[in-house]
Amino acid sequence: MARINSNTELEELRQEILSKRDQNKPRIAVCAGTGCLASGAAKVIAALKEEIKKQGLNADVDIKETGCPGFCERGPIMVIYPEEICYLQVKPDDIPEIISETIKERKVIDRLLYTDPTTGEKVTHESEIPFYKNQKRLLIGTNINIDPKSIEDYLAIGGYRALAKALFDMTPEQVLEEVKRANLRGRGGGGFPAAKKWETTRNVPREPKYVIVNADEGDPGAFMDRAVLEGNPHSVLEGLVISAYTIGSHEGFIYVRQEYPLAVENVDIAIKQAEEYGFLGQNILGSGFDFIVNVHRGAGAFVSGESSALMTAIEGKVGEPRPKYIRTAVSGIWERPSNLNNVETLANVPLIINNGAEWFTSIGTEGSKGTKIFSLVGKVNNTGLVEVPMGMSLREIIYNIGGGIPGDKKFKAVQTGGPSGGVIPEQYLDTPVDFDELTKLGSMMGSGGMIVMDEDTCVVDVARYFVDFLCDESCGKCIPCREGLKHMREVLNNIVEGKGNEGDIELLEELSRLMTKASLCALGTSAANPVSTTIRYFGDEYQAHIKESKCPALVCKELVSYYIEPSKCQACMICLRNCPVEAISGGKNQIHVIDQAKCIKCGVCFDACPTRFGAVIKISGEPVPASLPEKERSLVRGKK
Amino acid sequence: MEAEKVDEIIDRHPAKQEVLIQLLLDMQNEFNWIPKQAILRINERLQIPLSQIYRVASFYKAMSLTPRGKHIVNVCLGTACHVRGGPRIMDKVEESLKIKAGKTTQDMKFTLERVNCLGCCALGPVIVVDKDYYGNVTTAKVKEILESYD
Ligand SMILES: Cc1cc2nc3c(=O)[nH]c(=O)nc-3n(C[C@H](O)[C@H](O)[C@H](O)COP(=O)(O)O)c2cc1C
Ligand code: SF4
Ligand code: FES
Repeated sequence: MARINSNTELEELRQEILSKRDQNKPRIAVCAGTGCLASGAAKVIAALKEEIKKQGLNADVDIKETGCPGFCERGPIMVIYPEEICYLQVKPDDIPEIISETIKERKVIDRLLYTDPTTGEKVTHESEIPFYKNQKRLLIGTNINIDPKSIEDYLAIGGYRALAKALFDMTPEQVLEEVKRANLRGRGGGGFPAAKKWETTRNVPREPKYVIVNADEGDPGAFMDRAVLEGNPHSVLEGLVISAYTIGSHEGFIYVRQEYPLAVENVDIAIKQAEEYGFLGQNILGSGFDFIVNVHRGAGAFVSGESSALMTAIEGKVGEPRPKYIRTAVSGIWERPSNLNNVETLANVPLIINNGAEWFTSIGTEGSKGTKIFSLVGKVNNTGLVEVPMGMSLREIIYNIGGGIPGDKKFKAVQTGGPSGGVIPEQYLDTPVDFDELTKLGSMMGSGGMIVMDEDTCVVDVARYFVDFLCDESCGKCIPCREGLKHMREVLNNIVEGKGNEGDIELLEELSRLMTKASLCALGTSAANPVSTTIRYFGDEYQAHIKESKCPALVCKELVSYYIEPSKCQACMICLRNCPVEAISGGKNQIHVIDQAKCIKCGVCFDACPTRFGAVIKISGEPVPASLPEKERSLVRGKK
Repeated sequence: MEAEKVDEIIDRHPAKQEVLIQLLLDMQNEFNWIPKQAILRINERLQIPLSQIYRVASFYKAMSLTPRGKHIVNVCLGTACHVRGGPRIMDKVEESLKIKAGKTTQDMKFTLERVNCLGCCALGPVIVVDKDYYGNVTTAKVKEILESYD
């Protein structure tokens, strides 16, 4: 491929690519993102290729291995074009039928379609599935149309048009102005206006300047950046080059965590292709602008996602934060002005340049414009990635898109913002989700993790979970964070083990205040949020643990006992065989009994007992009933 | 461990101090841990102080200064997996392998690690052995999964 040397050449190439594509030719798109691969997509793709070959259809059907469209719950996902038929949970065994029925006969296979759980109706088209229908997928909606390893696919959907527009039709000042008017706020957590940061870096009279993509995604339960980078790496590159042009930078970095091997791979490929085509390197598109990108793999440290830490890591040193009296925008990598943006922030930039600030600001709320991707996980029916306009309520996201809570369980709370965010209870479900509203509730948008909890989730345990995570991840440089977290962990461990004391809650609150005020970086200053919000909204649950040694959600191991209800036990011996410590006695036609002294509370019996019996129960906060005397244990079965 | 391999990895990168983290990651990927000889060689060739190399290698979770087992078992304890029962899966794996997270079995067969989110939360709780993902794991399935590796 010869480098593209002008805007005209770019458009000619685009026309050439499009003219070679027959929109009516059957195309089978299969998600090959991490989620679907984990549920077996590789085997489905292999089977698909083989079957197509076997049936001699190589020339008649295109197969596309795409990035994640979001509905991970129902993977592997397949969408067949031009009809846009969406098949879910496809297995290799389904392939021959898909080829002979859907591809050859154009018949839809009902069994593989989405079934609406309320009406029982089948939904044929991807865009009609409620999970998708209620979203606004500006960023991840195109994932299913592109093979992330193919730059031509990106060009076919209008890729790099924004870059050409910026380079040829706009001055850096005009780009800056456009992004400023769009009021694009950082998606990495803080919600800081992107244009403001760009302007700062741009105006520092020091060279060279650097621009960086933050794809560290350290939030343990979130994967939107992965999906964007893995599924559409060129969109992030395009945003990055535009930011570099605006700022006046000629070298950039992509900092991506190595736990995302596929993202690393796809970014590497995308960079090579972009260099080859002339979207990166010397004299980009013949405009005279030069820019190169390096990939830096992160080595597994949450704190290294913080701006100053990340820049230190790029220098090859231990990624720890430094005090930011001078911001990284002014003095970052090698003390040069450095602009850091999140993956999703940059992916929005080409959209803004292409469609204009008016369009962008028409989406969202007063203070938060555009869409936001959330990773909706936990106790929710439709787990996956959802992209919605800012301002949609939590309730709409969880119920209309997420399909509500599985089983007939009750919603309890939703946690947003990862380890720096907080827990939001039911009474605030109608809160519109944007940067400012979530902060008001003591939580935050964070990077976009959204973890739904039902009545079986213990909020004290969740708070302890985050504190534990942060305690491991704190770099230890400053005392409030390092010691404060340790102390909190100790107190919380005591509480969940039933060893809590009067005054513990006040102690936690005091520690929270101290850490929030005195820590060096945002890891420490926000670390108390999970604890303070759970205390604020679920104080009685803390009290139950402390005063009654009771875990109302029946989660905290030390406060729960397992007990077999004699009236329900059918003496099937399954639990007895599974118990690792032989704590269960019983036999054929003998009601089983757990020896509480031997029980290690692993819960295997609870899982093992067939649901139709449901004889094993959990008890907390009250004494376990005495075991049946030995001679009363014979099982009397009712006549059928 | 072959000295040549170490040199080959060092040669992949420009001879600058800033490549240290990338270099160590490559060593880790090649040898499954970072052997002392590799560290000494980096020190010799790139003139990076040993203390600095050890500091980086001990700071990051992705790097190991002790040999690791033939199979790496990663149990996800990210938030989504946590609320779906990840900790009990971890207990079960620890019990089955008779080691704690972060350790390697005596026969060098398994190393057990905890990870925070693998990006497939929809399948939680998740465990990954080498490159094989297992979703919706229950305590009852753990033994079977582990026994399928030799
Ligand atoms: C402990 C810590 C971890 C962070 N991790 C990330 C991360 O993984 N990804 C990210 O984009 N931002 C992360 N941030 C926020 C960054 O410091 C920074 O604000 C952000 O990348 C700026 O990009 P934006 O303005 O586009 O949001 C983290 C911050 C802290 C304090
Ligand atoms: S607040 Fe915590 S993570 Fe941040 S510098 Fe201090 S010790 Fe390190
Ligand atoms: S929390 Fe386990 S895969 Fe995300």
